[in-house]
Amino acid sequence: MIRYAASRLLSLVLSLVAASVVIFALVEVVPGDPAAFMLGLNASPETVAALRAELGLSGSVVSRYLGWIGGMVQGDFGTSYTYRVPVSELILQRIWVSVPLAGYALILSTVIALPIGILSAARRGRPVDYGIMGFTQLGIAVPNFWFAMLLVLLFAITLQLVPAGGFPGWEAGFWAGMTALTLPAIALALPQASILARVMRSALIETLGQDYMRTARAKGLSEGQAICRHGLRNALIPVLTIIGLQFSFLLAGAIIIENVFFLPGLGRLIFQGITQRDLIVVESVTMLLVFAVITVTFLVDIAYAAVDPRLRRR
Amino acid sequence: MSGLQAQGLNLRIGETPILKDVSLDIAPGQILGLVGESGSGKSMTALAVMQLLPGGSICDGTVSLDGDDLTTLTEAQMCDRRGCDVSMIFQEPMTALNPVQTIGFQIAETVTIHGGSRAEGAARARDLLARVGLAQIPLDRYPHELSGGQRQRVCIALAIALHPKLLIADEPTTALDVTTQAQILDLLKQIVTEEGMAMLFITHDLAVVAGLADEVAVMKDGAVVEHGPTAQLFARMQHPYTRALFAASRHQPQRQIQAAPQPLLTIQNATRTYRLPRPHLFAKPDALEAVSDVSFSLHRGESLGLVGGSGCGKSTLTRAILGLEPLQGGKIQLDGQSISPDMPPDVRGRMQVVFQDPYGSFNPRHRVRRILTEPFHLQGSPTGLEARIAEALTSVGLSPQDADKFPHAFSGGQRQRIAIARALITRPDLIVLDEAVSALDVSVRAQVLDLLADLQGQLKLSYLFISHDLTVVRAITDRVLVMAAGKIVEEGPTERVFADPQHSYTRALLAAAPKLPEAAA
Repeated sequence: MIRYAASRLLSLVLSLVAASVVIFALVEVVPGDPAAFMLGLNASPETVAALRAELGLSGSVVSRYLGWIGGMVQGDFGTSYTYRVPVSELILQRIWVSVPLAGYALILSTVIALPIGILSAARRGRPVDYGIMGFTQLGIAVPNFWFAMLLVLLFAITLQLVPAGGFPGWEAGFWAGMTALTLPAIALALPQASILARVMRSALIETLGQDYMRTARAKGLSEGQAICRHGLRNALIPVLTIIGLQFSFLLAGAIIIENVFFLPGLGRLIFQGITQRDLIVVESVTMLLVFAVITVTFLVDIAYAAVDPRLRRR
Repeated sequence: MSGLQAQGLNLRIGETPILKDVSLDIAPGQILGLVGESGSGKSMTALAVMQLLPGGSICDGTVSLDGDDLTTLTEAQMCDRRGCDVSMIFQEPMTALNPVQTIGFQIAETVTIHGGSRAEGAARARDLLARVGLAQIPLDRYPHELSGGQRQRVCIALAIALHPKLLIADEPTTALDVTTQAQILDLLKQIVTEEGMAMLFITHDLAVVAGLADEVAVMKDGAVVEHGPTAQLFARMQHPYTRALFAASRHQPQRQIQAAPQPLLTIQNATRTYRLPRPHLFAKPDALEAVSDVSFSLHRGESLGLVGGSGCGKSTLTRAILGLEPLQGGKIQLDGQSISPDMPPDVRGRMQVVFQDPYGSFNPRHRVRRILTEPFHLQGSPTGLEARIAEALTSVGLSPQDADKFPHAFSGGQRQRIAIARALITRPDLIVLDEAVSALDVSVRAQVLDLLADLQGQLKLSYLFISHDLTVVRAITDRVLVMAAGKIVEEGPTERVFADPQHSYTRALLAAAPKLPEAAA
């Protein structure tokens, strides 16, 4: 188990190094000079050169790459070109919206999806199963921003239960924050839950046909007991894979929903960074997202081994 | 009444009748062997007794165990009986255990599910492992850390945990090699005698029941056609089907021996090693020598057998001979041309293979035509392709019109004929038959063996026949190689090796093989 974790950790570090090189190189080749962009069309070449030096844009590619990595390791992500504040400050504000939102949506989606997936598998081929499968099909097909607007119309405008958008900040209290995130989390969770329920169902149906389920029944377990004690854990591997992918997606891919609800999240930060040629923000946020995705993958790998002893090499 | 009495079991699934008036009677301490070919209803009889029939089945008749009629119980009451009064072990020990739970948990579960405490369960699991001969195996092992025979012992342990009155064993040794099979059969027999439980032993193999059961029932198309004490049944064999089954089990195809003096396939000092995972991150990886220093030759027109237990290296050697994997030492030559994974297609075409599983080895979405012509993807299609397809299908006893059908339209035996046709289509010199008849029923197996003998006579083919089934090897080969632990331990003319084995391993293998009683008049 320790060897397995160590080997996964090694691959995590190697992936991070590779990703940082790729991100740095991509931003290098993107056209547009941030210094020239910031100073406008009338700036003299001398001023531009001075600003470039100030922003750390001069010097060799290798030294700039090492400077960037070295800074990030110490928590210094550089200074935003447009906002003239440390990037770490910008990220920190946004991360307190994006991570809770992603976590909230993921918990909602898992809590809804797993029971209905299990129910659907246990009642496969019966009306309950057809009903659930029909709903999940709809959940995948409906665009989540449109669903988000329907939620706003119903819960914020007609019923006035929650605010229609914006984020008051966690200073306003935990419940105020959670209330503001509820509709976006539901909108994000709907398609994710639909996908996860279908994965849960098909993984469980596959295990139901396995020989060990028959052994369990022959031992005297009822069908429900056999599913809970022997089927579920064997069906978890594909479910864990999807949950891992969904968290990564929710962290950065929530940009459309963030726009619908005017939430200051990471997705919007990176989008603004791109339009304003704020390359240092783009680089840093992308790197942070890559770090999050790779870390989640690592955790999923560890979870695999916890679920399936065959993956823990002695 | 004690023991099991099943009376007049009739079973339908939808409109299809599965069982017709099946009645069985097993006294405590007795073994009833239920014999029949696939689809005869043996397993359905067992599931009817367990009340674990698939959805949509309609079953009538009575199943009484120590006087209680199981068919009148509710599902909840039946759950209390299963594992406690009646338990079952299955064919496939590799998949019958849950891979993500320890064997200790799975054995103890039989106890805990019927109201025992965890501590009782664990203590009982420890005793049971010792009872089935696994005293040295810790309870926290997972199934994948055990061999097939060990897993089947674990399955037996969890089935007998609560001293059931009836134990049903559905082909429990079919997936095991002969020496392991003999040990498991001994264990089952010992348990039945000592615990005084009744056992229903289901098998397709007449030789296995001959040596094990007190009584035998022969099933055909959902009905018991003959039933009686074992010795008496084998001595009389009143029903023609019993006689046919018996004859097919010991079928010897008519063969003319025509081995040429010059070798076709030569293997010199072949060695195949696998790298094992590193013991720790910076250690040198260990190596496993799966085939070590094997040399033999196969003559043109000869039929050569290769036998050995599971894990002896015969599959590894086969893959090397087919040029699917490289050797780490030595060489393999086919008619002077060397065999390796990057050999030219025309050499590859001179050697074809037929595998064991007639269901798994075809792509179900391809028509027979495409399956047959697959070998030509290497060489390009020859002229007169249609004639070649028709010729290959005709030579295996199918019709040229079958080329447009899908594999699911054929029975297991017919699929194996398609596999042989696919092997013949490149007009090869050598056909490797890797357990090619092991998955077939005995009557179909007899037909396929006849076909192979005929084709060898007509087309001057050479066969390399790999099998764990000694009866079949004896019937179809001229010479035999016995393999153990990666080495050839004995080699010689088939009759000589079977009649007078020299090596201790060969003797053990022959002694373990179940034998049919001598033919009745």
